[in-house]
Amino acid sequence: MALLKSTKILTSVGAQAHFLAVLQLRASWSLRNVQMSRGFSISWWTEVQMGPPDPILGVTEAFKRDTNPKKMNLGVGAYRDDQGKPFVLSCVRKAEAQIAAKKLDKEYLPIGGLAEFSKACSQLALGPDNEVLKSGRSITIQTISGTGSLRVGANFVSRFHNASRDVYLPKPSWGNHTPIFRDAGMQLKAYSYYDPKTCGFDFKGALHDISKIPEKSVIVLHACAHNPTGVDPRPEQWKEMAALIKKRNLLVFFDMAYQGFASGDIDRDAWAVRDFIEQGHNILLSQSFAKNMGLYGERVGGFTVVCKDVEEAKRVESQLKILIRPIYSNPPMNGARIASTILNTPELYKEWLVEVKDMADRIITMREMFVSNLKKEGSTHNWQHVTEQIGMFCFTGLKPEQVERLIKEFSIYMTKDGRISVAGVTSANVGYLAHAIHAVTK
Amino acid sequence: IMSIFGEVPQAAPVAVFKLTADFREDQNPRKVNLGVGAYRTDECQPWVLPVVRKVEKMIADDHSLNHEYLPILGLPEFRSSSSKIALGEDSPAIKDNRVGAVQCLGGTGALKIGAEFLRRWYNGTDNTKTPVYVSAPTWENHNAVFSNAGFEDIRPYKYWDAGKRGLDLEGFLGDLESAPDHSIFVLHACAHNPTGTDPTQDQWKQIADVMMRKSLFAFFDSAYQGFASGNLDKDAWAVRYFVSQGFELFCAQSFSKNFGLYNERVGNLTVVAKDQDNLNRVLSQMEKIVRITWSNPPSQGARLVAITLNTPELFAEWKDNVKTMADRVLLMRAQLKEKLKALGTPGTWEHITEQIGMFSFTGLNPKQVEYLVKEKHIYLMASGRINMCGLTTKNIDYVAESIHEAVTTVQ
Repeated sequence: MALLKSTKILTSVGAQAHFLAVLQLRASWSLRNVQMSRGFSISWWTEVQMGPPDPILGVTEAFKRDTNPKKMNLGVGAYRDDQGKPFVLSCVRKAEAQIAAKKLDKEYLPIGGLAEFSKACSQLALGPDNEVLKSGRSITIQTISGTGSLRVGANFVSRFHNASRDVYLPKPSWGNHTPIFRDAGMQLKAYSYYDPKTCGFDFKGALHDISKIPEKSVIVLHACAHNPTGVDPRPEQWKEMAALIKKRNLLVFFDMAYQGFASGDIDRDAWAVRDFIEQGHNILLSQSFAKNMGLYGERVGGFTVVCKDVEEAKRVESQLKILIRPIYSNPPMNGARIASTILNTPELYKEWLVEVKDMADRIITMREMFVSNLKKEGSTHNWQHVTEQIGMFCFTGLKPEQVERLIKEFSIYMTKDGRISVAGVTSANVGYLAHAIHAVTK
Repeated sequence: IMSIFGEVPQAAPVAVFKLTADFREDQNPRKVNLGVGAYRTDECQPWVLPVVRKVEKMIADDHSLNHEYLPILGLPEFRSSSSKIALGEDSPAIKDNRVGAVQCLGGTGALKIGAEFLRRWYNGTDNTKTPVYVSAPTWENHNAVFSNAGFEDIRPYKYWDAGKRGLDLEGFLGDLESAPDHSIFVLHACAHNPTGTDPTQDQWKQIADVMMRKSLFAFFDSAYQGFASGNLDKDAWAVRYFVSQGFELFCAQSFSKNFGLYNERVGNLTVVAKDQDNLNRVLSQMEKIVRITWSNPPSQGARLVAITLNTPELFAEWKDNVKTMADRVLLMRAQLKEKLKALGTPGTWEHITEQIGMFSFTGLNPKQVEYLVKEKHIYLMASGRINMCGLTTKNIDYVAESIHEAVTTVQ
């Protein structure tokens, strides 16, 4: 039977409201039990609330319903080619063909996933000559893309990082970070990051906030192509942050979902991760291959813990397995096998680097065309941030009312915060986009 | 430098995987792996179903397909066709639009999402004290799935009668009766793991009666549909019976074994609710849980299964492949029993052919198991569970003789 958990003295209105809600629930459960015993046909789930609609999904739903031939979906967080179509990388197709020819079996992977994948994954992030990899003092496991990696990491931190319950996210951060860490039992806090006045990095604010973070708290950093703002620190700013974070003795958790995709250069995009390690941070790292290999639905990711030494890495690995087994037992093969083939086959790896650069370059080009078209339209606003921001997303600086107009009058769909996915922009529609945005901002 | 992970203890390895690791390292030419639950051919090789190879090629050749994200709840045609497999094509519940599903990562993933949902929304909200009953014994991961989902009270229900090597129905029914109302019961739909012992239809009816009367929640774990008897409908009888009696229930389906898609993590959580409105609210909350666990499920395996189930010739071929596997297991059961009887091995061995599915609870004790592993290089679980798929016409004599030795020389 449902038990009341109200053992504390209820002083706040919120607590009283909760108390009443629980009482009501108990009453309705009692009623339900009476009805059940009388054979009334009611459900276990009568009290289950309808979950709130996903804000981003809502954008796509509305877009689908729109009949305007000029409509644009700028909510989608997936790369599109210049025809607006999903893009399967050529190196992926080649890898798939190679794999198919081998006629491999489908036996369970180990809990930690495909070993050749995990190894290549860590080498990609850290650089193959990294001291950490050479010494063996880290563990990398295959995960269910970036989300799965963050979830395992959050669970690990929650279970084993007893020094603190606090996770600090940049303001703003990817929407899913908060519920993931919260569900894992952590408390969410924030540090300043985005400056709406400049549509850029609030470096001063970030340093100020970070300097106040209690020791041993977890701090989440976006390695590159910050989602949703597209605003990244410059190398010298990263260096200062690394030093300050070291001083504050914080546990660093990097989220790297766009390596290669941000600047077009995988080493450049991983620079912050590698520099932090060099500065002595034993980091946690989540990687995703959804975007940079276009393997979205195959769910390819990695989770890395940099440890003190080999022995600690072994202990940590054993505990990660214990965490994973009751969630999904072991990870899916297909995507990891594709990624591993690409990373471990020199010609495919070379081809991948070119393709990733092409995707990044197309995004950069669209940013430039967007700004030049705005200028052509006669916009006098400062749109510098559009080309300064990096990665798939752009925080336009548009206000909710302006976003509303874009949707209603021009059938251009984006999230209320003014975030657009530049991946949805093509050379065919960038003019229309600039025209519409100029119309609502002039 | 002090490490934040300085206090992290070394965790014990998961037993069944350690067994396989030890087997791999063993150099003895006569070694036999009767541990982990995966099908093997008579050449002791993994078997990729012919229909799977066929559909894989279809997918690979179809360049209109891409690797875009699936919806959070999974591939719609996979979800609906999988639920049909469990509940039957003509299921009245499906016709009433009160059946839904969540594509999950294998059977484990389906149990996980179901468990997380129940902890949040069943028997009040966040009622972690709701008792969860799992069979004694059960698949070793059941306990961890529910406790990690937050349930604090996980209890065994009597199931295996070691003395008579069969179902302890009286004990089972007794535990159902004494369970607090609304307790959750994890039921094996067929081919009970690890005992291979299933209730008869009549026994299922008795179980369902008590569960209905006491408002106990039925959470079916269906990892072997088709694999147990060779017949999909026969193996789904219990689940369908419960649905026909008006239960709202969950059924965690795995396609690891019956499709041989172990490493693609293909599972489905079928949800049967009283009506469509309740169903929709349940699915909306499950979507939230999925989003913070893996966001959306993997594409490859679900595509494969959906194409197979939805294409008549492929569906027929699949059923045939499944029967091939089930038949080989039945043959090995029959032969093992014959050989033990012929050897005059003490004890009764009827349970080997009475039990069903991939596993057999031999009744061997831990010392006898240790003897088999260490002296005979025959790897099986400490519980005495053997995977019948590890037996072949080539090794069955060696295994039978070794069991005979273990039983007669080790007490």
